[in-house]
Amino acid sequence: MDGIITHDLVVDPQSVDDFKGKVDPDWCPGCGDYGVLNCLRRACVDLGLKPHEILTISGIGCSSNFPGFFNSFGMHTLHGRALAVATGAKLANHELTVIVTGGDGDGFGIGGNHFTHTARRNVDLTYIVMDNQIYGLTTGQLSPTSIKGMKTKSTPFGSVEPTYNPITSAIMNGATFVARGFSGDVKHLSMLMQMAIRHKGFSLVQVYSPCPTFNHDNDFKFFKTRVKKLEDADHDTSDWKTACEKAMEWGDTIYTGLFFQNKKAEALGDLEPILDKGGPLCNRPLGLSDKQVDGIIARMM
Amino acid sequence: MAKQFDFALAIGGAAGQGVATPGMILARIFSRRGLHLNAYNAYQSIVRGGHIFLTVRISNDKVYSHGDKLDMLICLNQDTMDRHLHLMEAGGRVAFNSDTVTPGKAADGVQICPIPVKELTGGSRNKVIQNTVALGVITFMLGLDFQVLDNALALQFSRKGQEVLDENVGVARAGYEYAKAHFQSFDESVPNGAKPLALWTGNQALAMGGAAAGVKFYSAYPMAPSTGVLHWMAQNARELDIMVRQCEDEIAVANMIIGAAHTGVRSMCATSGGGFALMTEAVGAAAMMEIPAVFINVQRAGPSTGVPTKTEQGDLWQVLGASQGDFERFIAAPWNALDAFNTIPEMFNLCDKHQCPGIVMSDLLISEGTFSFDADDLNMQPAIDRGEMITEGTANGDYMRYKDTESGISPRAIPGIEGYVHVVATDEHDQDGVLISDEYTNPHKRRRMVEKRARKFAGVDKAMVAPSLEGPADAEVTLIGWGSTYGVIKEAIAQLKNEGITANHLQIKWIVPFHSQQVTEIVTAAKKTIIVENNYSGQFFRYMRSETGLKVDGHIRKYDGEPFMPHHIVDGVKEQMVGNTDHFVPHQEIMV
Repeated sequence: MDGIITHDLVVDPQSVDDFKGKVDPDWCPGCGDYGVLNCLRRACVDLGLKPHEILTISGIGCSSNFPGFFNSFGMHTLHGRALAVATGAKLANHELTVIVTGGDGDGFGIGGNHFTHTARRNVDLTYIVMDNQIYGLTTGQLSPTSIKGMKTKSTPFGSVEPTYNPITSAIMNGATFVARGFSGDVKHLSMLMQMAIRHKGFSLVQVYSPCPTFNHDNDFKFFKTRVKKLEDADHDTSDWKTACEKAMEWGDTIYTGLFFQNKKAEALGDLEPILDKGGPLCNRPLGLSDKQVDGIIARMM
Repeated sequence: MAKQFDFALAIGGAAGQGVATPGMILARIFSRRGLHLNAYNAYQSIVRGGHIFLTVRISNDKVYSHGDKLDMLICLNQDTMDRHLHLMEAGGRVAFNSDTVTPGKAADGVQICPIPVKELTGGSRNKVIQNTVALGVITFMLGLDFQVLDNALALQFSRKGQEVLDENVGVARAGYEYAKAHFQSFDESVPNGAKPLALWTGNQALAMGGAAAGVKFYSAYPMAPSTGVLHWMAQNARELDIMVRQCEDEIAVANMIIGAAHTGVRSMCATSGGGFALMTEAVGAAAMMEIPAVFINVQRAGPSTGVPTKTEQGDLWQVLGASQGDFERFIAAPWNALDAFNTIPEMFNLCDKHQCPGIVMSDLLISEGTFSFDADDLNMQPAIDRGEMITEGTANGDYMRYKDTESGISPRAIPGIEGYVHVVATDEHDQDGVLISDEYTNPHKRRRMVEKRARKFAGVDKAMVAPSLEGPADAEVTLIGWGSTYGVIKEAIAQLKNEGITANHLQIKWIVPFHSQQVTEIVTAAKKTIIVENNYSGQFFRYMRSETGLKVDGHIRKYDGEPFMPHHIVDGVKEQMVGNTDHFVPHQEIMV
């Protein structure tokens, strides 16, 4: 592969390099997001996906710069709005593999309303949240997932607010695939991503992706010693109650893996009769047929 | 030429008394006879109680507003009698249920028509049965054959079963016969028009315009007075292959249509001012990512929650200022329902061609009014121009989404096509979509991209019809309006002519681009200019001044929530012609 510059897109991907974007990431050295990016590249290779078959959509934040570093169609949208944009894109072209990437502030703070309802609607999206429990791009303020007591620039005396739990929230909201990974365990995370992309319906992969610059409470070392795979804990992924119990553990053990999956629920696109036949909406002819015109006018008379 | 038949009927009652049903039955009878119709419903944001006042005006000639006068008043409750009897002039008729309503003191020559509903309906327990009795009375008063109502009732009630239909036809006939025996019908019977007309609301017109334009994705959050667009879209979605989504908020609505539009479908949404406020960041996002999408703002009286069920032209500055930064977008304010219908496909063609958002400004008056239309006037299959769009083929990888072209328009590849992989971004980006801030912020690149986008709009005003003057060029006064006031100003000008004042009319539809040159030519040549606006602060006047530097001689402004009636404008012009004032605020006589 020597001599190939990143601007030359390779149309027949065979390696993770084919999913390298036009520019290299500008994340801080040691940022957990590097691991997430590599995992998604690996997952897409392993799934046999090609860059043009994927639409990667993000909001705003350090991790939301993701689409620029990943070779696929991409949309770098407004802060908090990636899921809404992605819902529109997926329903208008359901043949695309739509992956949403972002951070905890983007997804659970400003975008919380969309997180709730995209999960409820069970839109066939894969939502990868790089959760560093801090606002990084704005240089270190409290996030919804920051731990209680954390000292940040906006909570100089320690936060008094409880922490948001994305896993239990997603399950309660109706998400049909709810997983958590750790950016320090790339093999495991890549496997979770593959499962999430394959899952028909709304998939959340919350990834603990430590911020080495602004979050010194929950750093790489903190997670390294605590993460424990659900696969090793005899967990039943069809049981939402124990999934929630395990998701709420935050101490010596922090579970990663697949918490919950509902394989029976149909995704929103599959429930919409207009998508049953005729292919993606974006490929259908515009304008009304004579028959449709006659029907409309007859009803107005 | 036959003498013009011009008749207005009002039905008043409380919410829940069923004002709408008899109103729609009558509207359908009239439009099927080929009569032109303009109906305005004054109501409040409650489901039960309050006061509903529906005005239906019909004519064998075109009608452009709900008019000035009432010929017949139907009082479903005492409140209606108390509020509106004073509006009735000699020759008018006032009908009411004499079991529950006591008539007030009417002007000389007004015929009072008490209807003993209990006696005529045999003590029916049906709470809205008085409406059907009233329909019988109205049918007689208008000189119509009972059969006309019989047919209309069959259409309305047949799906509710024979028993319901029979009861309604029975009491309608009783009302008809009672009126025949006790009241005097109008001198002039309802004529027949040239051919049957259809009925729509402005919201339905907007939705149908979307369907005609090829909209495949529509999302909304319910908000008066825009919800009618959602209802039509939802009702027709499956037949027309339109993905309709009701979202968690207007932020989701706006962003969802952008996501859909990016894949290549035509996407649209509608809301009112408060919802549009939530959408504004997305409007700029569409402009930055160069994704075409159409946003409809159906204005209601503001600010804030304001008066949800009342009309106003108060969002102009909000729409002009929607979203941060400099960016290109179209803004149109159609004049009536038919214009609203035609504006949507035109707006989509413009937005597709220039790869930018477009905003259509309606208001409660247009959107919730009911109007007749001639189905032959509708072009349901308008020309569709998607602009420079790449939907198939392969490229060798050197595709640049934001290529700096001479026209500023960069061919738009939709996701899914091999070789055209790219990222669109709300951050400033270079020609290839790469964020400038990801690489290094480069002032020269930034300037180049700002200018590339701006170039798309160079000379764009030539793409649409420029405003022109209606009426005699040498008129004593030029009335200037924008958007929904077209019809009422037109009728006011006709009335002014009868009073010896010649006026002409400049109505503006395109807010952006604004045809500064044409407007300047017209306004500077006018003898006297008066701007008519349905708002307090003269939003359009201030905008026109900012674009042209022009001043005007006077203003007529209304901001009480109710739309202008023609005589409001006539009064304002007359006051200003004799120099009494240069700022006239009409008094709203109908208390609703």
